[in-house]
Amino acid sequence: MGTSSPHPPAVCNTLVTNVCYDAFDDGGPTSRARNHEIETMANGVKGESVGLSWPVARSSTAAIGRRLNIGDRLFRAMTAGFALSLLAVLVSILAVLAYESSDAIRHFGWHFLVTSTWNPVTKQFGALPFVYGTLVSSFLALLQAVPLSIGTALFLSEMAPGWLRAPASFLVELLATIPSVVYGLWGIFVMVPWVRSYIGPALSDTLGFLPLFQGPNYGVSMLAASMILAVMVVPYVTSVAHEVFQAVPSAQREAALALGATKWEMIRLSVLPYGRTGVIGAIMLGLGRAIGETMAVTMVIGNRAAISASLFAPGSTMASVIANEFNEATYELYIQALVEIGLVLLVVTVVVNMLARLLVWSVAGPDTSGER
Amino acid sequence: MGYQRRRLTNVAAQATAIACTVAVLLPLVLIFGYLLTKGVTSLNLDFFTHLPKPVGEPGGGMANAIVGTLILIGLACVLGLPVGVFTGLYLAEFGKGRFGWMVRFCADVLNGVPSIVIGIYAYTLLVLPLKSFSAYAGGFALGVIMLPIVARTTEEMVRLVPNTLREASLALGVPSWRTTLRVVLRTARAGIITGIMLSIARVAGETAPLLFTAFGNQFWHHGLRGPISSLPVQIYTYAISPFDDWHRQAFAGALVLLLLIFLTSLSVRLLTRGKVHVAR
Repeated sequence: MGTSSPHPPAVCNTLVTNVCYDAFDDGGPTSRARNHEIETMANGVKGESVGLSWPVARSSTAAIGRRLNIGDRLFRAMTAGFALSLLAVLVSILAVLAYESSDAIRHFGWHFLVTSTWNPVTKQFGALPFVYGTLVSSFLALLQAVPLSIGTALFLSEMAPGWLRAPASFLVELLATIPSVVYGLWGIFVMVPWVRSYIGPALSDTLGFLPLFQGPNYGVSMLAASMILAVMVVPYVTSVAHEVFQAVPSAQREAALALGATKWEMIRLSVLPYGRTGVIGAIMLGLGRAIGETMAVTMVIGNRAAISASLFAPGSTMASVIANEFNEATYELYIQALVEIGLVLLVVTVVVNMLARLLVWSVAGPDTSGER
Repeated sequence: MGYQRRRLTNVAAQATAIACTVAVLLPLVLIFGYLLTKGVTSLNLDFFTHLPKPVGEPGGGMANAIVGTLILIGLACVLGLPVGVFTGLYLAEFGKGRFGWMVRFCADVLNGVPSIVIGIYAYTLLVLPLKSFSAYAGGFALGVIMLPIVARTTEEMVRLVPNTLREASLALGVPSWRTTLRVVLRTARAGIITGIMLSIARVAGETAPLLFTAFGNQFWHHGLRGPISSLPVQIYTYAISPFDDWHRQAFAGALVLLLLIFLTSLSVRLLTRGKVHVAR
C-alpha cells in the first residue's frame, strides 16, 4: 500500500481521474478516497514508487482514452438503446391496450366504470362489479396484511437476535417466491373449506349484525379471496418495511435509548416516525400487488359479476374476470371490453406503483428495488 | 407512567411482534406441508415421462408440461437476458443522470405491472397477427416479465464490482467499453447469473400471462408456432377440474414446481451469502 509513498500532485491526480471517467460522463468522482485507490492500483501494477510511475500512466491513459472514444460512445449508445427499449416496452403496453380497447372506450364512454351490468349475452358491459371487487378484496387484504407485516418487519430489524435475522428474512422472501397458482391450489383445497366451516360461522356468530357477515356462506367468497391475497401481500410489505426500518440511522435509536426509553418506546419514538413515509410506500407496493394478483384470486373468489354487501358472497375482480373470460370472449366488443378492464387495471397499478416507489425511494434510496 | 407499566408495555409489544412473525411464516409451513403430504404419493417416474391421461384413466404424467415450461423459459431468456443485462450495465455504468433515473423508475413500475396485463399485451402483439396461440407468445410474455428483474439485479451486481478493478484496467490503457465487458462483466458474472436464476424461478411459476398466449396443450407441442403446455397452466386446469385424479396430478405438479423454486432460491442464498435477494 502506498501509505509511506509521497502523494502525487493534486493536479495530476484530478487529470487522470477525469480521463478515466470521461467515458462514463458522470462528472467523475474525484474524491480523495478514489484518488487513493488509483494510487494504490498504479503502485500495484507498476511495482514502482508512485512518484515515478505517475506521469507515465497519466499521459498514456489520456492518449488512448481520446483515441478510442468512438468505441466508448458506441458501447454507451448500445446499452442506452437497450435501456430505452425497456421504456418502450412500458409505453407500448399502454399504447397497445388503449388501441385494442378503443372501440369499447368509444362505445361505452365513462359509463363503463360505473355500470354494474355485465352480460355478454345481451352485449351489456359495465365494469363496476370488478372495480368494486378489486377495491374491496385489496382493501381487506391490506387490513389483514399490514399489521402483521409491520410487526414482522419490526421484529426482524429491531428485536430478533442476530443469528435469527438472516434465516427469518429468507423465509419471508421464500413466501414471495411461491407461485400464485400454488397459493390458489392451497386456497381451493384448504382455505375455502376453513372459511366455509370455521371462519365464516365464527364471524357471523360474533359480527352477524353487520350486513358484511350475513347470507349464505359457500366458502368461495370475497372473504376467502382477501385472505389469500393477504398471505400473498405480506412478504412484499414485510421486506420493504424491513428495508425502510434498516435505513433508520442508529443515532436516532441511540438518542431514544440514551434518554432511558424501553425498546418499544424507542421504536415508537424513533423508528416508526422516521420510517413512516417508507412504510406508506411499502403498503402501496403491497396494494399494487393485491390489485394485480390474478390466479389465486380467480381460484377462490367464485367469479360472479355482481356486487354484494356480504363478504360471504362470491365476487370477481378486474384481474380475475380477464383470466376467466378472455378465452371465452366470442365477439369483438366482448374482447374489447375485457381489454379495457385490463387498461384500467394497468393504469391503476402503474399510478399506485409510481407513488409507492417515490415514497420508498425517498427513505431508502433508489438502489433499493423494493423487491428484496 | 410508572416504570413497571412501561416495562409491561415493552414486553407486550415484543410478544406481539413475535406473534406476527409466527403468523406470517405459518402459511409457508402449512402450504409446503400440505403439498408434501398430498403430492408425494402421486410422484413417480410416470409423472415425469408420460403424457396426461384422459379423465377416468388413472396414471399419466406431466412430461409435456415440464418440457413446455423449459421451452417457454428458454424463449423468455432469449428476449429477457440480453435486454435485461445490457440495461443493467447501462444503469450501473452510465445511469446517474436523469435518463438513468427514468429507466430505473420504469423498470420498477414495469415490475409492478400485473402479469395478466402483460398476457393481453403478448396476445395482441403475437397471437392476433399469427392467428394462433403459440410458444413464441408465451415466451415473449415471460421475457417481458423477466426484463426488469434481470436489469435491476444486474445493476446491483455490477455496482458491487470494486472501482479499483475498473481503474486498474483503464490505467493499462484498455478503453472503458472493453473494461466494462471484459473486466466488470466478468467479475460480476456470478452475481448476474444468480440474478438470472432468480428471475427464471419467478417466471417459471407464472400462470396468468400464459392462459391466452401459450394456452396449454394436453399433448406434445407441434413446433413453437402452436399452443404449448406448461406446468403452472396444467396445475391450474387440473386444480379447478372436478376430478380427483386430476387433483392428485395438480398436487404433484405444484410440489415439483415449488421444490424447483425453493431449491433455486436456497442455492442462490447459500452461494451468495445473502448478497442477492430473492426477487419477485
